Amino acid sequence: MEKEVYSLCFMCSIRCPIRVLAKDGQVTWIEGNPHVPGMEGSLCPRGVAGINMLYDDQRVQSPMIRIGERGSGQWRKATWDEALDLVGNKLKGIIDEHGGHSVVLGERTQLATHVSKTFLKAIKSPNHFTHDALCKGSVNTACRSLFGYTDGEIGIDYKNTKNIVLFGRNIFEAVAVKEVNNLMYALEHGAKMTYIDPRVSITATKAHRYWMIRPGTDLALNYALINIILSERLYDAAYVNKWVHGFKELQEFVNDYTPEWAEKETGISANEIIDFAREISRDKPNVIFHFGYRGANHVNEIYMRRSILILNALMGSIESQGGLFFKKGPGAEGGKPARKLVSQEFPKIDVPRFDKAGTPDFPLPDPAHGVGQILPYAILNEDPYPIKALIAYRFDPLMSIADTNLTKKALDKLDLIVTIDINYSDIAWYSDVILPESTYLERTDCVQQMNGLKPQMFLRQQVVEPRYDTWDGVMILKQIAERIGTGEYFPYNSVDELVDWQLEGTGFVRDDFNKKGFVAYGKKQIFWDREEGLKFKTPSGKIEIKSSLLEDAGFSSFPAYESIEPPPENKFRLVVGRNAQHTHVSTQNNEYLNYICSENELWINDKKAAKLGINNGDQIKVTSAVGQGTIKAKVTNLIHPEAVFMIHGFGHEAKSASRSFAKGVSDALLQENIYDKIGGSPAYHDTFISVEPL
Amino acid sequence: MSKYFMLQDQQKCIGCHACEIQCKSHKGLPNGPNPCQIIPVGPQMINDLPRASFIFMPCFHCENPWCVSACPTGAMKRRSKDGIVFVDHNLCVGCKTCITACPWGAPQWNPEIGKVVKCDYCMNRIDEGLKPACVTTCLTHCLNFGQTEHMPLIKRERYAKAMAASKGAAIHD
Repeated sequence: MEKEVYSLCFMCSIRCPIRVLAKDGQVTWIEGNPHVPGMEGSLCPRGVAGINMLYDDQRVQSPMIRIGERGSGQWRKATWDEALDLVGNKLKGIIDEHGGHSVVLGERTQLATHVSKTFLKAIKSPNHFTHDALCKGSVNTACRSLFGYTDGEIGIDYKNTKNIVLFGRNIFEAVAVKEVNNLMYALEHGAKMTYIDPRVSITATKAHRYWMIRPGTDLALNYALINIILSERLYDAAYVNKWVHGFKELQEFVNDYTPEWAEKETGISANEIIDFAREISRDKPNVIFHFGYRGANHVNEIYMRRSILILNALMGSIESQGGLFFKKGPGAEGGKPARKLVSQEFPKIDVPRFDKAGTPDFPLPDPAHGVGQILPYAILNEDPYPIKALIAYRFDPLMSIADTNLTKKALDKLDLIVTIDINYSDIAWYSDVILPESTYLERTDCVQQMNGLKPQMFLRQQVVEPRYDTWDGVMILKQIAERIGTGEYFPYNSVDELVDWQLEGTGFVRDDFNKKGFVAYGKKQIFWDREEGLKFKTPSGKIEIKSSLLEDAGFSSFPAYESIEPPPENKFRLVVGRNAQHTHVSTQNNEYLNYICSENELWINDKKAAKLGINNGDQIKVTSAVGQGTIKAKVTNLIHPEAVFMIHGFGHEAKSASRSFAKGVSDALLQENIYDKIGGSPAYHDTFISVEPL
Repeated sequence: MSKYFMLQDQQKCIGCHACEIQCKSHKGLPNGPNPCQIIPVGPQMINDLPRASFIFMPCFHCENPWCVSACPTGAMKRRSKDGIVFVDHNLCVGCKTCITACPWGAPQWNPEIGKVVKCDYCMNRIDEGLKPACVTTCLTHCLNFGQTEHMPLIKRERYAKAMAASKGAAIHD
């Protein structure tokens, strides 16, 4: 029997709409949802490798309980009852003795995040954190400092843009299908693209202008661009007069940051900077200075992200066709969003978060996401209190938080580590108990509220029965909650019941998703009126270039630029990134994806390599202050001499994931755990490494 | 040449390899055989800009296929109604003569079954009115498939637009 199911991909966190076919209980075909503009059948390599994950016999096939040392890989199979009883008993003991706040749950934000948050709220723990903070905490803070909205509430209208600037946003390798196709459409229709990166990526090969910038100096470039745009009056004066707060202060601030000054700092010629500022201003307001997807490079990240957003403000491209826009929710169409479990009443929590986000010690990072890289410090220093248990839910602190050795040292202090995952991730391998989740093709999920120019809802729907002894995440958490006495907060007996509960009052039911995979609240794109109707959520009601959020917390809106020193002798700045075949740390063991790309390489400038006696393809030793490893050299003229580059996500330690085990080097092993103390992002590009032949 | 043609729009290809993976997934192939494959060339600096090519290599389904002539058992066939060249696994003995004969390396070795596999334009899908697997899910829709005389005139149109806009020539070609 053949069946067709509309659903959502989950090979990464983008949630592309898909159409899946199954025959006799087996998935036979996955394609992009043909009804969704920008998808129209297409999928990325990870999306088409989904079937491969479903049938992979190397994923976790039943609950597992550790019997050897942590990380030894000695396990025994367990029944769900046995594993859940063990986790429940241990957690209950920990909560009784140390309080609910001694339990932390970290996850990659997902559709059931409201269930994870409910799990913690019910035990009076504030300690939920997401991967987002590690990826773009400072982008979030920068957006709030200027507009009062988070980055998640801002979208980009690629399709109608006339000119786009990408600061290392490697959009054609770190791919999201709709973004790629909408941008490709714009390029086909005459849009110009500028790409700025110390390394030539595939995106660079499609750009009209490429700048191999000195690593770490993007902020200097942006200050010079602002300088030209102001001095030559290239900005959208009507928009700026109406909507910008702090224009005068900005003018005074950038006065000395001339293109000639920036040339010395960035290596980009002053004339090119001037020409570019003039060119892009002709296309305003249909321009995009891309504020970044990952934004976690340097300790001053928030100011770099703010400078990009300020450039958009000067171009009037915020809430503009072909520029940035604020995402509209169901309310804009008089509709109601799906309910979330966190809307229930919970006991009051009277302790700060483990990362102190939202307290005077760390006031600006978004407490809704937390600050994941603080976890090792919080555990080791018992500051602000002892932490005893970690639940890692499809999130790998060992490979995502910089300085794996430090993180391991911290994890060793914990009484309990539980991982909910599909694969043998490194954190699963280091856990006490693994509770395996079903793949996205084997389970229905919570409703996706898709805010945007047209508010919609999407649904991930089960296609086939679970192949192994795996469960839905929302049932795993409910069953643990039952065992620790908080089951009342989980008023459902299946994910279908939970979805029905979510949809109550929205005017839609589950069957409505069967026709096309989504439901829409309205038909037209909603843009606010740029002359009168922009609803900034800042105290001034304007774009706060002079930011009350920053200044009320004691930080400057305009700190002086600090020059970036070149790396010490024989060292390089480690720069990391993605390619189209892999999602962060989670797909390296997928058979097909591993076949296309099975290990990472270290890109090193050819002249530097020659001096060090390194040839293309050599195995080389890389060493930082916190870790070392062996990796293959890719010698090339396509990277700046001060930088070396590797793809994130390799160097796995879990032996049961045999295809990815010990292939390449994990960037997290080398990176130091340092971060932007204002915005909250890790500074993944502020580690220097030495490189030697073996 | 078969009556079909597969056109890859180089300007839109980002070398993501989704075509290769969908092909393998659809045909249930192990690692090793790639009935279609993207061969990246570059990036390299051309006129001060980095440029790369991602060459898509399926089977060209020749009018007089070397592989069909070389096959001693008649396993390699050319479908009379549309010229698609395909392998009949009931007849393939795994002698690999076709691999030797093909100038473009289209026939691939499947070690799991000890026989040759190759691009057959997913003729099962074509017979259902669908497009080949690689084309259907191509990330950027840079792969186009159809009857040769009906193929979109992408290059001419792009060139014409560029000329009309007095920009000289297409930016990437």
